[in-house]
Amino acid sequence: MTADTAIAPHGGQTLRRSTRYRTLRRFTRHRLAMFGLVVIVLLVMACAIGPSLVPFDQFQLNMRARFREPFATVHILGTDELGRDLLARLLMAGRISLTIGFAAMVIAVTVGTIVGTIAGFYGGAIGSALMRFVDAVLCFPTIFLLLTLAALVSPSILTITLIIALTAWMEVARVVQGQIRALRERDFAVAAEAMGAPDRWIMFKELLPNAVAPIVVAATLIIARGILLESYVSYLGYGIQPPVASWGNMLEKAQQYLTTAPWLALLPGLMITLAVASFNFLGDGLRDALDPRSDLT
Amino acid sequence: MSSQAQPVLEVDGLVKHFPISSGLFSRSRDKVRAVDGVSFAVAKGEVLGLVGESGSGKTTVGRTVLRLDTPTDGTIRFLGNDITHLKRGQLRPFRRQMQLVFQDPFSSLNPRMRVDRIIGAPLAIHEPGMKAAERASRVEDALAMVGLPRNSGERFPHEFSGGQRQRIGIARALMLRPELLVADEPVSALDVSIQAQVVKLLLDVRAQLGLTILFIAHDLAVVGHVSDRVAVMYLGKLVEIADTRTLFSDPRHPYTEALFSAAPVPDPTIRRKRIVLAGDIPSPINPPSGCAFRTRCRYALPRCAQEVPPLREVGKGHLKACLRDDLDLVPWQSQALTAASA
Repeated sequence: MTADTAIAPHGGQTLRRSTRYRTLRRFTRHRLAMFGLVVIVLLVMACAIGPSLVPFDQFQLNMRARFREPFATVHILGTDELGRDLLARLLMAGRISLTIGFAAMVIAVTVGTIVGTIAGFYGGAIGSALMRFVDAVLCFPTIFLLLTLAALVSPSILTITLIIALTAWMEVARVVQGQIRALRERDFAVAAEAMGAPDRWIMFKELLPNAVAPIVVAATLIIARGILLESYVSYLGYGIQPPVASWGNMLEKAQQYLTTAPWLALLPGLMITLAVASFNFLGDGLRDALDPRSDLT
Repeated sequence: MSSQAQPVLEVDGLVKHFPISSGLFSRSRDKVRAVDGVSFAVAKGEVLGLVGESGSGKTTVGRTVLRLDTPTDGTIRFLGNDITHLKRGQLRPFRRQMQLVFQDPFSSLNPRMRVDRIIGAPLAIHEPGMKAAERASRVEDALAMVGLPRNSGERFPHEFSGGQRQRIGIARALMLRPELLVADEPVSALDVSIQAQVVKLLLDVRAQLGLTILFIAHDLAVVGHVSDRVAVMYLGKLVEIADTRTLFSDPRHPYTEALFSAAPVPDPTIRRKRIVLAGDIPSPINPPSGCAFRTRCRYALPRCAQEVPPLREVGKGHLKACLRDDLDLVPWQSQALTAASA
């Protein structure tokens, strides 16, 4: 890579394209990541426009059509114990789960990036204090922290999102801090310092753009974790409250009918697995494709 | 060493020690004496070459002079202002008048920034009120000055070769028309054929802008070509300083002679005796007593281990730090002739 660029001819336009092209190619060759991407796109599209195509409302009860099996009636994926259409509920639940996952990721990445950048840039006492704080928060067992907090505050989409973000930002902070610390020693950071650039400039214009790749990877994995955590809390009854559907609380209701109506548990479970696995695959694929050793010089 | 005008840069007794921390709570008493009492001055428009082998502290001098490191002791005066203890914020107004060119053209440019933004950064920082169009035209002028195509600004650093990147680095350094340029081994990472171009560029802009340059290098041929005066460093100390012609024709310090002898002669038919310095440069954590060079000096006497040789004047503007005045040292590239006749 280094040798390549060193002898790059004058018009290096093709080279820039080819580095990007190679990154893209590494990604598209990663089968699981492509699978994950396709599933995520389908899921997002289904949850966004699906509910308006399904002829049933998620809250519409029908006591004469309870426990309908999938693919047997007009209810394509069957109905639950109150006769509500399962497909409509799954898609609406998906909206909530995906929204919480994305929103928690945005908050966690923002907080983590700011903390990590400041800690990595200033180092010394400020950096140590911030990173020891991160370590301390990391020491809490996530699930218990989540449940305790969820029990203390009244559950809503907003609070669940904040709580999940609260347990996820530390990882980003660590990744970013390490990157910024390493980048700070590079000559281009010294050059910015030597030209009298303000700290903000060095942090956000010089250093952070070079740390985007690992942040993107961490962000993807946080979405997966966010969806999973939301399911946990909702399943345990502290999260999204019925009748509003979330994949987690659908599972919780379904366990009573596990033997008589197994699809009620299988389908939400499948959605959770599919969503979480897809984001994890996507994250892995991005990690490989954006590997700084093969991309940056 | 003209005394008519105020020097651009005056360094007096510069010391930079790096403490070696050992473990979490204990701080070791050991320290790396990277720079140990260096004094020199650079007059306006002058090029001072600073030479020495790896580990002699020349890069630390360059970085400390620009206050990218804080000196342990000594004073640095820039245009008559004492900048030794200024804080980062206080240094900012001086920053636009002193700039740095790096050794490694690959790590000195932000890989995620377009070249026009890299070169325009000093303007964006120091003249935030400037209109975008004016900045763009200044960037184009700067590109033209260093001999890069006008449309180079739209590209990213990795699309350029090493020599071109070094030109970008020079354009960035010159954007604010600085008074002082510290060039830290600006050509040693480049191919020999490219080195000459970049050296010529530096000399051209120096003539054009009346730049003062501290030129740090280990390649004596390049330094001799570029510099008005040359200072030789060894293990954190200056051992000899003189104007280029005097130093090359009449070296007075054994280390200078050894450096001359190590330089390649551009004629493969000439065979010559080399002064091979045994071993590595001693550790700057634990430097030898007396004269730091005595462990590798072929003229060393017992008293070299006891007395620290002061830097003293041996001719007009010619200073050396060696106790022996009785030496007849071989000048630059002439040993080839003596060896051939032997």
